[in-house]
Amino acid sequence: MTNKRVQLGRKILSANEEYAQENQNLLREKGKYCLNMISSPGSGKTAILARTISDVRDRVKIGVVEGDIQTDIDAERIRATNAPAIQINTDGACHLSATQVNAALHQIGLNELDLVVIENVGNLVCPTAFELGEDGKVVVLSVAEGDDKPAKYPAIFSKAKVLLLNKIDLVNMGAVDFDVDKAMADAKRLNKDIEIFCISAKTGEGMADWYDWLIRKAGK
Amino acid sequence: MHETMVAESLVNSIIAEAAKNEGKPIKAKMSCGLLNTVNDEVLTFAFEAISKGTICEGITLEIEHKAMKGKCKDCGKEFDFEIVEPRCSHCGCDSFELLPDPPLLLEEIEFQTE
Repeated sequence: MTNKRVQLGRKILSANEEYAQENQNLLREKGKYCLNMISSPGSGKTAILARTISDVRDRVKIGVVEGDIQTDIDAERIRATNAPAIQINTDGACHLSATQVNAALHQIGLNELDLVVIENVGNLVCPTAFELGEDGKVVVLSVAEGDDKPAKYPAIFSKAKVLLLNKIDLVNMGAVDFDVDKAMADAKRLNKDIEIFCISAKTGEGMADWYDWLIRKAGK
Repeated sequence: MHETMVAESLVNSIIAEAAKNEGKPIKAKMSCGLLNTVNDEVLTFAFEAISKGTICEGITLEIEHKAMKGKCKDCGKEFDFEIVEPRCSHCGCDSFELLPDPPLLLEEIEFQTE
């Protein structure tokens, strides 16, 4: 009995990476900035987007690719702001793939937009491993989830360009015990270049600085 | 749970390779980086489940985790990046450039021939 070894060195997720590259080429060609928004379910991604779209509409035209396991509830919330939204249902998968995003980018009407935000499936782990062709990742952490999340889920905080600490009004009113300084220090330790904005999509607190960052990145 | 997609992709690659080679695949070696966040136990479970009824059934899967490298801006040396304590292991400096995370790779398949 003899054994034969075949050396391969083949990329396992090459199909996803090829589509991610194609997405990036398409976005660059059209001069559009693209963000991949990642968080746990319920952190407020859609609420942040809906408020942002309404507040910056005179400066930046935003389109949203919505990823959810089921329903088009989120796309409807975005469309209520008169922004275009394409809903992707993953039917159980815990992350968006670049193939799915590619189809959405061709439907969303890129020519009319300055910025595309991909709202990933609510999950702090899996979406981190799949590049979609974006310019950067935004991680959202709501204070109700606890200040230990950057330490416990380091990969996304290590990769993200921006951390949005949402529902900050709950800390200010004493409704949750969340050590803002600890969460920020842990995130900075993982990624010293990460930009952190403490915001409340509900009250609007802190949103202006986030908008300034977004407007700058969208080239406006 | 993204391990399921990784496992599916692995099984498809091995099936494609088996068609081009003689013998039965008995072992597959793969490697991954830090930010792929691959859990060995979950991936092995998914691989076994997806392999059932294919030529991959019964294959031993070896998973190697490769370090992500940082390049120190102070001493210029490369070091293994530690996600919980990101600093140069040579001089302790926290100013560095992160080098690309090693990709998920199917490194090698071992076939049993007659």
